[in-house]
Amino acid sequence: MAIIKTKNLTKKFKDLLVVDDVNLEVEEGECFGLLGPNGAGKTSLIRMITAVSPPTKGDIWILGNDLGTYSRQVKAILGVVPQLDNLDEDLTVLQNLMTFARYFDIPKNEAQRRSMEVLSLFELQNKCNSQIRELSGGMKRRLLLARGLINMPKIMVLDEPTIGLDPQAKYLVWHKLTELKSQGVTQLICTQNMEEATVLCNRVAIMHQGKILSLDTPQELISRYVGNEVWEIELDSEERDRTVKELESRGLDFERVGGKIHVFHIEAEESISGLVSSLGRLRRRPATLEDVFFRLTGRSLAE
Amino acid sequence: MKFPSWHSIRVWQRNRDVFFRLWHSEAPGFIAEPIIILLAMGLGLGAYIGLVDGQRYIEFIAPGIIASYAMFSASFECTYGSFVRMEYQKTYDAIIATPLSIEDVTAGEIFWGATRSLMTGTIILVIAAAFQLVPSPWALIIPILAFLEGLMFASIAILFTSIVPAIYSFNYYFTLFITPMFFFSGVFFPLSSFPEIVQTLSWIAPLTPVVHLTRALINGEFHPNLLWALALIIVLSALFFSVSLITMRRRLTT
Repeated sequence: MAIIKTKNLTKKFKDLLVVDDVNLEVEEGECFGLLGPNGAGKTSLIRMITAVSPPTKGDIWILGNDLGTYSRQVKAILGVVPQLDNLDEDLTVLQNLMTFARYFDIPKNEAQRRSMEVLSLFELQNKCNSQIRELSGGMKRRLLLARGLINMPKIMVLDEPTIGLDPQAKYLVWHKLTELKSQGVTQLICTQNMEEATVLCNRVAIMHQGKILSLDTPQELISRYVGNEVWEIELDSEERDRTVKELESRGLDFERVGGKIHVFHIEAEESISGLVSSLGRLRRRPATLEDVFFRLTGRSLAE
Repeated sequence: MKFPSWHSIRVWQRNRDVFFRLWHSEAPGFIAEPIIILLAMGLGLGAYIGLVDGQRYIEFIAPGIIASYAMFSASFECTYGSFVRMEYQKTYDAIIATPLSIEDVTAGEIFWGATRSLMTGTIILVIAAAFQLVPSPWALIIPILAFLEGLMFASIAILFTSIVPAIYSFNYYFTLFITPMFFFSGVFFPLSSFPEIVQTLSWIAPLTPVVHLTRALINGEFHPNLLWALALIIVLSALFFSVSLITMRRRLTT
């Protein structure tokens, strides 16, 4: 059964259509990634799913419950990690967690136990009595993640969970999220980090201008839109036009990226051989989700 | 319109915890300042003023000081305080992602603002009593009145907070609404000393009925008109409370 399901979900701000008729099903226990450039509508979609912002049109069901009717019950099983830091600056680290636990009606002893547990999970146990403003950006992010776990959620909704983290902290977070998934916690992650999506997500949806353009496992998306490898050709401008013509006549799938040409879906090496005189200008590398992202959402800035 | 639930107590508890952590930074505003005003005006200016309505000047102004500073407490709490929580600290955003609703947050903020009025009103009452300015035992009801007054002013303040574009807008609120009430609601001089038109206008000011009621309780002297004063406070509280629930939801969901 889909643990999160949306039907014709739409959000409009005045005349601006931010989320456009999205139908989505997230399966129980999976990690589902939402990818898209800035302004694609990811955060708006997540805000609707977490019952913070009402849809202009459409429905959302979480665990089969209509969100419009059961928002309080649904929010009790969600762990939300927002993109922007909204820790309570008037309270210490531990008080932040204790106060948050109280919003979920968790009794004090239990709240105390869980607070210490989630703090040590993200290696913040020494910061219990620190003020929020004394924490580094990375620590704040980890505290936000810890706070999102205080109610032992069935579903975690994470908006850019590792943004601004150093590589050490990023891997710590990925590791913890993978552990949580193995414990059966469903995850919905918004991210612009393609590596993150590849590492964590069972399935990803690529969003652009409020719509979901494509949805599948990262591997399947890569082989569908790019193939397993990308050939990069670097050429001078006069040679480039000639090569482009040649690529077109061979019927190959390619894209011009600045001074380079990326060629996709090369099944056999012969199809590209003889294309450039010096092999030093030809480079093949494994295809990534980022290639898919560019192919689907274009290379120009969205905003 | 959606209604708040008992969960709003969680917001009240959050604000209470923060207040008792940082109360020393607030104390000058709600303890020192009213005492200074009471003594400076009451004794200083009072030396030049004869009896007002048969009372010493300091006795005359004590009830109004209690009512005014109770008003200030709820008003500051639910304007600057709430705005900072809402816009700068994003505390509301964090809370509404938990089982609490926007209405729970709004109501919790208003109840906390009212509690601030209760605390301020009670503290000044005790100080006034220590200066032997509180003759009647009816004054024991004043904390309840201060809470009710707080509900009214917190609701008006939250309504304003839910519609202002920026924190600077509160200058208008205090300069054009709160401060004039401090002078034209019968705190420092009997309303009868004003021209007819000002007297009528001052009855529109929500502080006026509170000052009349507080003065009556302190002196133990009642008048049938006071029922109208009480009714006015209740009606205004209910009205602004309800409207602020709607405007706050609108603000936080768009």
